Amino acid sequence: MDLGSTFFYKYRRFIKALKIYLLLAGPGLIVMLADNDAGGITTYSVTGATYGYSLIWFLLLLLPVAYVVQEMTVRLGAVTKRGHAEAIFDAFGPFWGWFSFLDLTLVNWLTLITEFIGMTAAMSIFHIPPVFTIAIVTVVMLLMVLQGRYWTWEKIAIVFAVLNLIYIPAAFLVHPSVGEVIGQGFIPHFPGGLDNTLFFFLMANIGTTIAPWMIFFQQSAVVDKGMKEKDIPFGQMDTLIGSAFTVIVAIFVVIVSGTVLYGMQVDSAAQAATIMMGIDPWLGTFVAIGLFDAGFLGAICISLSSSWAFGEVFGWAHSLNFKIREAPWFYACYLFAILTAGAVVLIPEAPLVLITLFVQVVAVTLLPAALVFLILLLNNEETMGKYKNTHAQNIAGIVIVAVIIVLSTLFGISTLFPGLFGAGGGL
Amino acid sequence: MEQVVVYSMIRIEHIFGIRAGGIIRGWTDKITEINRKYATPKIKMSRGVKFALLILRVYLIILVVLLGYKFWTMLQEGVI
Repeated sequence: MDLGSTFFYKYRRFIKALKIYLLLAGPGLIVMLADNDAGGITTYSVTGATYGYSLIWFLLLLLPVAYVVQEMTVRLGAVTKRGHAEAIFDAFGPFWGWFSFLDLTLVNWLTLITEFIGMTAAMSIFHIPPVFTIAIVTVVMLLMVLQGRYWTWEKIAIVFAVLNLIYIPAAFLVHPSVGEVIGQGFIPHFPGGLDNTLFFFLMANIGTTIAPWMIFFQQSAVVDKGMKEKDIPFGQMDTLIGSAFTVIVAIFVVIVSGTVLYGMQVDSAAQAATIMMGIDPWLGTFVAIGLFDAGFLGAICISLSSSWAFGEVFGWAHSLNFKIREAPWFYACYLFAILTAGAVVLIPEAPLVLITLFVQVVAVTLLPAALVFLILLLNNEETMGKYKNTHAQNIAGIVIVAVIIVLSTLFGISTLFPGLFGAGGGL
Repeated sequence: MEQVVVYSMIRIEHIFGIRAGGIIRGWTDKITEINRKYATPKIKMSRGVKFALLILRVYLIILVVLLGYKFWTMLQEGVI
C-alpha cells in the first residue's frame, strides 16, 4: 500500500470511529459537565478569590478521581442493564436498597433546591424575578423530557453542557498573566502552608467532584441509552473527555475569580458575578450565564436521576423513550421534584443557606455507601464476567474512594461543627 | 394471622377513608412486594463484602450519633 492509500485508510477509520463516538457520546460528557453545578461553581469561585491561581494543580488531580469513579458506572450499566438503585437492591437486599434510595431522594431534592437558588441568583443579576426564572426553567425542563426520545433529550442536554464552557472566553476577558497562571498554578504547593483554612478548601473541592447523584445518573443514563458491552470503550472515552472538560471549566473559573476577585471576601458565585458585572458588564454577563447554566445542567440531571431511581425500585416504566401515558409515574416524579424544589426557593425567608449547608451533611451519609457498593458490584464476577475490575482498577478505585470518603466526611463534619477546621460556614 | 391482616385493613381504611386508605394500601403492598423480591441479597457474601458492609454500618451509626448530638446542641442553644 502506498502512503496516500494508508493515510486515506487511517483517515476513514478515524472518521468512522469519530461518528460512532458522536453517536454514543452523552452520559459521560453530560454528567461531568453537570458536576460543575451551581455548588461547584461557587466552590471554585471562592477558591479562586481566596487562593488566586495557587490551587489549580490540585484541580488537575480531580480528573483521575472523577474518571475512575464514573467509568465504573459505565461498565456496570452496560453489562447489567440496571440502574444503580436497582443494582443495590438486587445485590445487597432491602435494607441497603431502601437506605440508598431514600437517602438519594432526599439528597437529590435538597441539591435541586440549591440548583434553583443558583439559577434564580444568576438571573437576578439581569433583574429577572425568581418566580419568572423558575417558571421558565420548569417549562423548558418539561419540554426536554416530554418529546419522548432519550436521544433528543441527550443532544439538547449536550448543548447546555457545552454552554458550561463559557468560562473559557470569560477568562480571556480578564487578561490573566499566563506566566503567573503557570508559575503559581501548575507547581504543586500549599499556599501559606497546610493550615485549617486550606484543608477546608481542599476538602470542599474534592467534595464537589463526586456527588451521589452522579453515580446513579450515569448508570441509569447508560441503561436508558441502550449501551451494550461493545460500547463500553466509547463510554469510557466519553467519560474521560467529560472529566477533562469538567477540570478545564473548574480551572477557568478559578482563573477568572483569581484574576478579578483575589483577596476579596466572596461567599457565592452569584456574588462573584455581581462584582464582575460592576467591573466589566460582558464579564459579569458571561459569569452569570455560566452560573445559570451550571444550575440548569445540575437540575436536569439530578431530577432525572431521582425519577430513574423511582422507576427502577418500584418497577414502573422509566425511560425517556416513553411517552407520558406509557410512563406516567416516571414523569410525575420528575415534575414533582422540580415543582417542589422551585416552590421552596420562592418561599419568603426560607432557610436557603441552611439548606445549602445541610446538603453537604446529608450527602456524606450516602456517598460512601454508593461508592463502596460500586466497588463491590464491580468485583462481582457472576454479573460482571470479564468486565469486572482488574487488580489495577481495584487499587486505583479503592484508593480514590477511600480519599473521597475521608475528605468528604471531614467536609461534612466541618459543616456540622464549623470550628473544627477553623474555616468555612457551618450549621 | 389472617385476623390480624383483616384488622389492619379495617384500620387503614377506617383512619384515612376508603379512597386514601386504598392508596396507602397500594403503596404498602408495593413496598412489601419489593421487600420480598429482593429479600435475598444476590451478591456472594464473602468476608470482604461482609467486612465492607460492617464498616458502612459503623460509619452510618457514628454519623447518626454526630447528627443527633448536633441537633441536641442546637436545641440547647435555642437555634431550633
